[in-house]
Amino acid sequence: MANATTSGRLNRFKAMEFVVGILLFGTICLAVLFAPLLFPDGGTKIDLAARLTAPFQSFAHVLGTDPLGRDVLARVVTGGKVSLVVGFASVVGSIFVGVAMGLVAGYYRGAWDALLMRFVDVQLALPFILLAITFFAILGGSLINTIVLLIVSQCVQYARLVRGSVLSLREREFILSARAIGVADRNIILRHLLPNLLGPVIVLATLNFANNILLESSLTFLGLGVDPTIPSWGGMLADARTYLQTAWWVSVFPGLAILLTVLGLNLLGDWLRDSLDPTGRTSR
Amino acid sequence: MIDPILSIEGLSVEFGASRVVDNLSYSVEAGRTLAIVGESGSGKSVTALSIMRLADMAGARFAGGKILFQSSNGPVDLLALSQDQMRSIRGKEIAMIFQEPMTSLNPVFSIGDQISEALILHERLTGAQALEAAAELLAKVRLPDPKGQLKRYPHQLSGGMRQRVMIAMALACKPKLLIADEPTTALDVTIQAQILAILRDLQKEFGIGVIFITHDMGVVAEMADDVVVMRNGRKVEEGDVRTIFAKPVQPYTKALLAAVPKLGAMQGKDLPLRTPLTAATDDGVTTAAEEERIQDTAREDAAPLLEVRDLVVRFDVKRGLFGGVSHRVHAVEKVGFTIYPGETLALVGESGSGKSTIGRTIQQLQAATSGTISFRGRQLTDLNKAERHALRQKIQYIFQDPFESLDPRKTAGFSIAEPILTHRLMSAADAKRKVHELLERVGLTAAHAGRYPHEFSGGQRQRVCIARALACDPELIVADESLSALDVSIQAQIINLMMDLQAERGLAYLFISHDMAVVEKISHRVAVLYLGQIVELGRRRQVFETPAHSYTKRLLSAVPVADPTVRRDTPVPTGEIPSPLRPVGDEPAIVTMSEIEAGHFVAG
Repeated sequence: MANATTSGRLNRFKAMEFVVGILLFGTICLAVLFAPLLFPDGGTKIDLAARLTAPFQSFAHVLGTDPLGRDVLARVVTGGKVSLVVGFASVVGSIFVGVAMGLVAGYYRGAWDALLMRFVDVQLALPFILLAITFFAILGGSLINTIVLLIVSQCVQYARLVRGSVLSLREREFILSARAIGVADRNIILRHLLPNLLGPVIVLATLNFANNILLESSLTFLGLGVDPTIPSWGGMLADARTYLQTAWWVSVFPGLAILLTVLGLNLLGDWLRDSLDPTGRTSR
Repeated sequence: MIDPILSIEGLSVEFGASRVVDNLSYSVEAGRTLAIVGESGSGKSVTALSIMRLADMAGARFAGGKILFQSSNGPVDLLALSQDQMRSIRGKEIAMIFQEPMTSLNPVFSIGDQISEALILHERLTGAQALEAAAELLAKVRLPDPKGQLKRYPHQLSGGMRQRVMIAMALACKPKLLIADEPTTALDVTIQAQILAILRDLQKEFGIGVIFITHDMGVVAEMADDVVVMRNGRKVEEGDVRTIFAKPVQPYTKALLAAVPKLGAMQGKDLPLRTPLTAATDDGVTTAAEEERIQDTAREDAAPLLEVRDLVVRFDVKRGLFGGVSHRVHAVEKVGFTIYPGETLALVGESGSGKSTIGRTIQQLQAATSGTISFRGRQLTDLNKAERHALRQKIQYIFQDPFESLDPRKTAGFSIAEPILTHRLMSAADAKRKVHELLERVGLTAAHAGRYPHEFSGGQRQRVCIARALACDPELIVADESLSALDVSIQAQIINLMMDLQAERGLAYLFISHDMAVVEKISHRVAVLYLGQIVELGRRRQVFETPAHSYTKRLLSAVPVADPTVRRDTPVPTGEIPSPLRPVGDEPAIVTMSEIEAGHFVAG
């Protein structure tokens, strides 16, 4: 029984969410995409004379420089590549693997369910760092391997979440009625189950995105994963920790980049979830 | 005239900008029952929640009016009290019983703890005193072994027993006013009769005022002294219960009463009758310009459409550490019946009688333990996978809850087209045309195809479900309590729609229901189920006019009659509905049926 004024306000709020989200996330993505054009040196040029320049002091180093005299702005923009690629690829990959596992386990139950869920239990019981060290010791560190590790360790979260939703959804009458009509299992899963459980998956995905950017940096910090000479937001944060009291800008700007990216993604995620849900629509 | 305990004067309640209760006034006297009747969305529950001031939490705003209550500290306006002051009135002076006994008890506390909670809080009793008082209360609501019940948990009680616990809790602090919001809607008829009798007796004993909210005119006739009829947040009519039923003034009241299916209305008629609808308009009641039509559609000379023989469905219950089967639910035991083309066979029974399980087994949603089901002479077990799939086109299922049985994320058009596309009956473009035709056939418009389920009302959704069931031209429709969730006026429309479709297309229905009055109106033959077995099967007239089995008689006598002049004085049936759960090895005795009259079979 939504009335005109509140729904109008709600719609405007939704539109704002989308606009702000796309502005934040879009700007960051564009900047990262065109980083090689904007900063051809990729923030690797060392200028010891200008080390630890404070931000907003010179046009050459708008966001200041780090202890080696490298431009913070250039490094933030260039470092976005690794962070965004890791964040995106790992989240998208985990969603695909995890949602598929959860759907199969929850819908078919039985042996598949037991098998997949024991894998999930094992995965959740294994300390992440131990898994990471073993993984990289065997396969060696690289961007791809970092992504694969994150997918392997995180898809189980989606699997559990989705399985739980499927277990309750499959007993609902609209699923039963689809079965009564004779709809094939594949279509029940793809057309009826999947759209109804996307909401929580999107929320988990936006949370994990931020988490994975930081995990990538932890791995780099431990000497695992991506080559530490390639700048990334998480790596910059780790490097800057000793200068936290003397040169705040070295850590604040990469941190701000992560924050704004995640904020933009959260807004977009909320908007996406609401616009996928027809019950949220007030008029047609 | 005594001073009323509660009088509402000009109450208006708003949610946001929409006014759900508009200038409503009524009063309740001690020792009398005021029934508030109306269809969904009439604002009857909101009024009750406003009295309790629970509506505040849902975001209600009181735009005007007063709710005057004679509290033990003198008269107060409940709308002027703070939530803190309300807390001393809620539960102590005004108590409330809700519709759903399954969810209104906290599952992790024992019954004794839950009842004594209010006593310790409001009456300042010690724990031991409170438990003693709780046992007395349970005895008052006629629960067997009240002391033993105190230690039990909600899941160990049946729905009827839980509702009695709810009543005991409500009466714990001897309130002056009891608000009962659809207290028996979720219960079986025999249990409903018990609860109503308990409520009546306790009201006499305690002399409390009762506000009884319901949509069931039969219950109103049975319980009420006074009646307020509500529609769209306004009071339509009020008066003494006999006057309302005998001489309703307002057209809406007349239409509401006319729409109520009355048990016994079909007396002396062999076949179901499609009766014209009555609707309330501003200048009176109009009866639709349709003729009465005898539903002479059953073709018993033809080969049977569906034959069920010795059907058994059991569910294993695994208990214990190693998950061995210790108990079995004997949902269906040796059930057999036939349905002819164009016929409506009703399966009636209370919860646990296995009626839905039979429907689901026929629709292949549930595997049979043993027995045969044949459709058009072919056994289901003989069919290959493709033929079984094709059968799902010929048999369709309509579920009870139209809010639940449509995918919330798909448009009505998608849902209706889905069976057509699943069975590849026609191209997408043809399917779209067919969807529009079907929507128009069930009384909606083609424009409704683009809407989502939440944009429809309950009655419209059930029409969408029917359109969906019709989409691939079935021969048999299993209607599982398909009318139970609908308001009476909507129910009457859907009954007529179902009968029209039967006449047009020669459809057969397996009509599963617990509502005897609706069954009497719609069915050609009736099968009465008790604990998974058919105890009586016969033509509608035989079963309703000369019921032979004691259970059928009990079931029929428990139905509330929508006529306040014929209040029951006969003792209400006692006892719980027995459970079909039995230990392994303890097989139920199979009843044998004998034919006492042509086509009338009774277990004996």
